Amino acid sequence: MFYRIAGVYHTRYDKARALWPVPADRWQITVVVIFALAAPFLLSDLYLGSYALPWLIWSAATLSLTLLMGLAGQLHFGFAAVMAIGAYTSIHLARFGVPFEFALLGAGIASAAIGALFGAAALRVKGLYLVMATLAMQYLVDWVINNVPAISGGAQATLRTPPSSFLLISLESLEVRYYLALAWAVLLAIFFMNVKRTSFGRALVAIRDKDFAAAVIGIDPFRYKLLAFFTSSFVGGVTGALLAFCYYRAVTPEQFGFNVSIQLVAMVLVGGLGSIIGGFLGAGFVLLIPIILTNLVSGLAASGFLTVSSNLLAHLPLMIYGALIIGFLVFEPLGLAKIYDNIRKYFLVWPFRHSRS
Amino acid sequence: MSYFIELIINGALTGLMYSLVAIGFVLIYKSAGVPNLAQGAVVMTAAYVVWLLAALGLHIVVAIILGTVLMFGFGLLTERLLLRRMVGQPIIMIVMLTLGLEILLRGIGPGLLGAAPKSIDLGIGLSPIIIGDIFINRAYLVGGVVALALIGAALLFFQTRLGIKLRAVSDDHVSSWAVGISVERAVGISWGIAGMSAVAAGVLWGSVQGVDWTLSTLLFPAVAVAILGGIDSIWGVLIGGLLVGILGSVIPGYLDAIVGGGTRDVVTSLIILLTIMIRPYGILGREDIERI
Repeated sequence: MFYRIAGVYHTRYDKARALWPVPADRWQITVVVIFALAAPFLLSDLYLGSYALPWLIWSAATLSLTLLMGLAGQLHFGFAAVMAIGAYTSIHLARFGVPFEFALLGAGIASAAIGALFGAAALRVKGLYLVMATLAMQYLVDWVINNVPAISGGAQATLRTPPSSFLLISLESLEVRYYLALAWAVLLAIFFMNVKRTSFGRALVAIRDKDFAAAVIGIDPFRYKLLAFFTSSFVGGVTGALLAFCYYRAVTPEQFGFNVSIQLVAMVLVGGLGSIIGGFLGAGFVLLIPIILTNLVSGLAASGFLTVSSNLLAHLPLMIYGALIIGFLVFEPLGLAKIYDNIRKYFLVWPFRHSRS
Repeated sequence: MSYFIELIINGALTGLMYSLVAIGFVLIYKSAGVPNLAQGAVVMTAAYVVWLLAALGLHIVVAIILGTVLMFGFGLLTERLLLRRMVGQPIIMIVMLTLGLEILLRGIGPGLLGAAPKSIDLGIGLSPIIIGDIFINRAYLVGGVVALALIGAALLFFQTRLGIKLRAVSDDHVSSWAVGISVERAVGISWGIAGMSAVAAGVLWGSVQGVDWTLSTLLFPAVAVAILGGIDSIWGVLIGGLLVGILGSVIPGYLDAIVGGGTRDVVTSLIILLTIMIRPYGILGREDIERI
């Protein structure tokens, strides 16, 4: 009923190939985009700056990783290191006087170069060994950043982002930074929706499903895996730079540690591997649910319903986050995207019970 | 020269204690094919359990024995409740499940019992043993000896009836079923034994550096040990442990002063990377890893 597909006839190929052939999907997207555009006027600065903005940037990071993990099937447990390379490159370029737009580009290229190098080293192996190799790379990049004063600015140092502007608009105001993050997240989402429909995307999916079968039909696994690492690291690096410039406004090595890598993988998995809406939902869920639940418990504790020690309260987000990962993997391995899909399919034929697709 | 020998001896002893953590990882991987990235957190949990039992007034020996029983049950339960459901899922799901368990345990232990480091007193004493110019850490010495004994026990265990069953299961699940071995039980038992080995590792490491969440970071050297030695070989754990321990002690011993600390993690990372690039199946592992 809501998703009426009866009576939707496509008489042209480009209509049938549209991103959203069903009108209800288009309506939903329009509503979401309008809300996203109006968010600075609807939300207070606190919510905009500490919830909506990081959500968008982490969604972009999740989308970058899901290209590699969901589409190409290459596990990556060191993606925070890739983002760190982007963040540090952009900040050093910007301090050197390079315009922000080119600093972003430089961040992407540096991340892509080093990320593809990671990929090339890890290409001989897969599964557990790929996890371990990328994990080792995370530690190596962390160490290099920490121990080379030219990069980190000295031990335990924080590098502040210089004042900069994007297309002549200063990044000082929160709204501008929000719109920049929104633009990047939307751009990435559109990019990934279309990558799935190109020969490049199909080649990646073929390699994910069975690499030697893909090789048999003429897809060079080495080349495409490397390209997947390259593309994903490029957008990951730009996202890391945006994270530094729009959200943190400063970089320290701790912002891109091993735990952040795990968090990114958790976002990808909770959202649903290889899904775009899953990227947004997963990032929001992993980022916000521990905060919300902890606030809830501390609120209850403050009003006297529960007695919770401050120590327990400090570890509560960690517990919720761990339980969230386990719960999703055990009960819904395909993640939030699958839940969304189930709801959509239910309404597709509502009030009847079964859909065929 | 004596500095060098001291680094080697202490490194070898630390390495043996890494092997204690790694042996649980290897056991589970060998029988179930699951890379248990929660092993570090399981070690931490075991240390917390023993500390809690000792704090309740039990003698430390009783606490360790009771803790071993409890951790065996913990291993069985983890397998039954979580990992059994994941059979047939892609490896990323399984890896992530164990990581989720790691995060959960890292929250529960310090969250319920307090984040400040706890001490487990084994009555070993802190003064180093001095032979000539060489200082040997007494706790590491005890740890190394216990590790050697336990690895020996593990090797003997694989000659028993139950051990042979576990080896059969690690070879091939379907053929084990065909000859009447209960694969589920064997996998569960290997999780239980991994929990028991975590008690040994947790108590020894806990007595060295105190019981807090940092025990779970032992996972990283343990994984390096497992990968270097060959991920499904007990002898490999021994050799890998010695190598990782010695390299992780000698190289930082000379380089830390030059580059400013933290080289141990780099050495461990490089060991993992080089092993994977040159000889992915490790020194003694079976060469059946899939490659393009």
